[in-house]
Amino acid sequence: MFSNFAHMKFGVVIFPGSNCDEDIIYTLETIMEQEVVRLWHKEHDLKGSDFIVLPGGFSYGDYLRSGAIARFSPVMNEVLEFADKGGFVFGVCNGFQILCESGLLPGALMHNNNRQFICKNIFLKAEHNDSLLTSQCDTKSPLKVPIAHGEGKYFADEKTLQLLNENGQILFRYCDENGNVTDESNPNGSLQNIAGISNQKKNVFGMMPHPERAADEELFNTDGRMIFESIVSTVKV
Amino acid sequence: MKFTAEINVMPLKALLDPQGKAVTSGLKKMGFTGVENVRIGKHITVEIEAEDADAAKKEIDLACKKLLSNPVIEDYHFELHELKMTG
Repeated sequence: MFSNFAHMKFGVVIFPGSNCDEDIIYTLETIMEQEVVRLWHKEHDLKGSDFIVLPGGFSYGDYLRSGAIARFSPVMNEVLEFADKGGFVFGVCNGFQILCESGLLPGALMHNNNRQFICKNIFLKAEHNDSLLTSQCDTKSPLKVPIAHGEGKYFADEKTLQLLNENGQILFRYCDENGNVTDESNPNGSLQNIAGISNQKKNVFGMMPHPERAADEELFNTDGRMIFESIVSTVKV
Repeated sequence: MKFTAEINVMPLKALLDPQGKAVTSGLKKMGFTGVENVRIGKHITVEIEAEDADAAKKEIDLACKKLLSNPVIEDYHFELHELKMTG
């Protein structure tokens, strides 16, 4: 149904403890009609992927800190190199945590303010259209997408936050159903309601909410699909 | 020589520590009315074989920087003790 879109080869990295890998593979392969290869974390080959995805889950049981150990998986050497050359890398939830731990994205994800694992639908709003992830998003109307995390509170020091704002690196903020960015609509205590960011070069992206869990009509919510449509309609391979 | 490092990793002072905050209020509710500012971190022990104490310190410091702590949100300090072999 998206035959007018570019066709890309997505490489989905699977760590021990990843558990959203099949959801994202289903979304990319079946819904977005893209080619997908599975990349086991012990491999040293990205198999010609145009776009790397780090899925959600509990890699290495979240031991020490979420993402801290996955960051040293063999495949991450190639992912770091790929990103350094300008290759696209997208981390969802635990994938976002791994990208922060690896230094590909600034800041860190801390325990939610209420110390609870939160699994529910939230609203988020694209900050601008000037990125691969948000090109097709409406910056006025919010998207309803689920979150499922215990450590999702985005933190960075003041200077980093200022740079993120100035460089347009903030991609999504938590908001209410009318699109207002408020304290009440911030589920986990993230600074400035930040739900997703990019690096300065805008080729590495991370977000805590799970767009792949809101991409299939059978789930009665396809708001998350907009993010995948943004990706495939923007990238020229 | 063999050493053991006793490492403490703590959330940065400037950051809210929700776990510590919850425990503070728990203690207060139990009647420990004088307690304040509970902060919770991690205690890690590592045994290490190295030429001397300086070399061991260097290694442990690097391990703390690279993996055991995340400098964005935590700081660390450690003490090194020589492990005396008995027998």
